[in-house]
Amino acid sequence: MMAEKYVARSSAIAARLLGGEMMVMSTADSTFFTLDEVASAIWQAADGRTPLSEIVAGKICQEFDVDREQAQRDAARFVDELSQHGILLVSDQPLMESSPSPESR
Amino acid sequence: MTTTLPTIAKEAVSIEIGGMAIALRTQNPSFRQMIENRYAGFLGTSPSSHFEFDIDLYEPSESTPANDDLEVKIEEGEWLLQRGDFRARWNPDAGHGQIRQACSPYAIDCVLRIIHSLLLARQGGFLVHAASAIRGGNAFLFAGVSGAGKTTISRLAPPDAKLLTDEISYVRREGNRYLACGTPFAGELARVGENQSAPLSALFLLEKGLQNSIEPVGAVEAVQRLLRNILFFADDPELVELVFQSACEFASLVPIRRLVFVPDQRVWDIIR
Repeated sequence: MMAEKYVARSSAIAARLLGGEMMVMSTADSTFFTLDEVASAIWQAADGRTPLSEIVAGKICQEFDVDREQAQRDAARFVDELSQHGILLVSDQPLMESSPSPESR
Repeated sequence: MTTTLPTIAKEAVSIEIGGMAIALRTQNPSFRQMIENRYAGFLGTSPSSHFEFDIDLYEPSESTPANDDLEVKIEEGEWLLQRGDFRARWNPDAGHGQIRQACSPYAIDCVLRIIHSLLLARQGGFLVHAASAIRGGNAFLFAGVSGAGKTTISRLAPPDAKLLTDEISYVRREGNRYLACGTPFAGELARVGENQSAPLSALFLLEKGLQNSIEPVGAVEAVQRLLRNILFFADDPELVELVFQSACEFASLVPIRRLVFVPDQRVWDIIR
């Protein structure tokens, strides 16, 4: 069994939901990302306390018509990519959330 | 917070752009004259200014190669701005700064652009690579990188359009609207803009094509293209976030469209 992953939004980001699309920018290197609906849902659920597998099972598979195993693989890839740019923090232990939910801005 | 200084000393020249007066104090009469000529039309008429800079001039040494890398950072509570031809320190809270620069107009021009971009960032505005003009009481921005057509669209402007700049536009936030203000920052036309302002009606992303048309642009592309054109100098995460949020706010309040155009005057018929 794979180790559980916990994900949290980094504080070194700026994010904004505009026209139904989530835009995220690293304030460290100005890298700009746009997130699709599924990625955006993972992003918003990344509170540092909920395991990634639970986010996928409880949120992504409930809200979107996706295969669970495929969704888990896609989520892991998405999380790896954003963590490489310092936009998401990933740990095998629960994390404190660093950045407020962009929806609250 | 900005501080209004009491009085401009005799040898200072005040340059007012976007309603922000910056006094430049130099003891070199020919340099002062050069500033007055270069920024004619933007010389402040008010006896007070928001910020004041002392300028210390030096002759560039031919033996020292110029370093063109620009650095803008906060150091001990002051902004430090430096490039091969200038080094400036600025304390916004004190309203004062010093510039040591080569005796050239390019250095002071660059310092002014940086100062204004930093000031605007705190107020939700920005300087952007765009031509701008006022027509019928409304302002329009024409953004694009070098070669996109800023100078061309400016040259084609009809007589009733007031050109604010052909190169660097000044965008100031005022409540839930934006104002475009004239700037003396000229591009290929080498002509300072009109010192006027008007509410901004639209921003057009310039693209040369085979016919004139205005096309919608999605929110993400609008923000991305806008961010690419905003002048941003500081390596500072807080300012990156401010500029990002300003670009998003702007895109949510001002229509951003793609203007595909052929270089003749009819393009102005579709600009509304």
